[in-house]
Amino acid sequence: MDKEKSERIQKKLNKSSVGIAGLGGLGSNAAVALARAGIGRLILVDFDIVEKSNLSRQYYFLENIGKTKGKSLKEIIEKINPQVKLIIHNIKLKKGAMEKPFKDVDVVIEALDNAETKTIFIEEILTKLPSKPIVAASGVSGYGHSDRINTKCLGNLYMCYDELAKSSDEDVLMAPRVALMANWEANIALEIILGEDK
Amino acid sequence: MSIEVNGRKVDWVENETIKQLLKRMRYTFPLVVVKINNEVVPRKDFSDVKIPDNSKVAVIHMISGG
Repeated sequence: MDKEKSERIQKKLNKSSVGIAGLGGLGSNAAVALARAGIGRLILVDFDIVEKSNLSRQYYFLENIGKTKGKSLKEIIEKINPQVKLIIHNIKLKKGAMEKPFKDVDVVIEALDNAETKTIFIEEILTKLPSKPIVAASGVSGYGHSDRINTKCLGNLYMCYDELAKSSDEDVLMAPRVALMANWEANIALEIILGEDK
Repeated sequence: MSIEVNGRKVDWVENETIKQLLKRMRYTFPLVVVKINNEVVPRKDFSDVKIPDNSKVAVIHMISGG
């Protein structure tokens, strides 16, 4: 391990923040990855409660069923890295004001589920917070085909993308691929904060 | 007389707008970004902007799941 590099990274991450919209398969896994990496502050936004069916891919436990995803994730992250400052918004993002919780974060992660909502969210962030980097994901369903996933960069939008994947409405959502995409998003967020790893 | 859409070569159609091209390509997902020759085109201009011959078009879809 490169101790000097590690210290430099920790120092930088400790001062950095990421906002995550949606705490399902993408958001819960991305949040945990960033907490383990040592991010300073996480803003976590979701209105939903944990259901049994979520456990097939989301970073929750049986004991979380019936609790809000925000509160559950807070308990989980506090057991992993209590240094992370957590700000939980137990709200449904409203069209026309979706950017509000994310005004002062360094990077926004889109981790919503429905294609229409994803599109609206990305457009609102790109237009209302034009200097804010946003990481999004499209095409998480199914299994296998890891190497079809790539990153498309369009200005401040970084998209983890598999254009051949089906909509989750007509496919399955499974832990390996969902977590792969979630960690892909978290990895891009790190790269944006820290700069390219040379 | 052709254009490239997401890396695929397709016929160029004179005076075709982005909206018409998306329909022709059967891109029915809610879309987030269309780029023509590396320039992002705002969604509100999809019915007005015409695709030039030989251009490279990138279309990024949002697909449900998360």
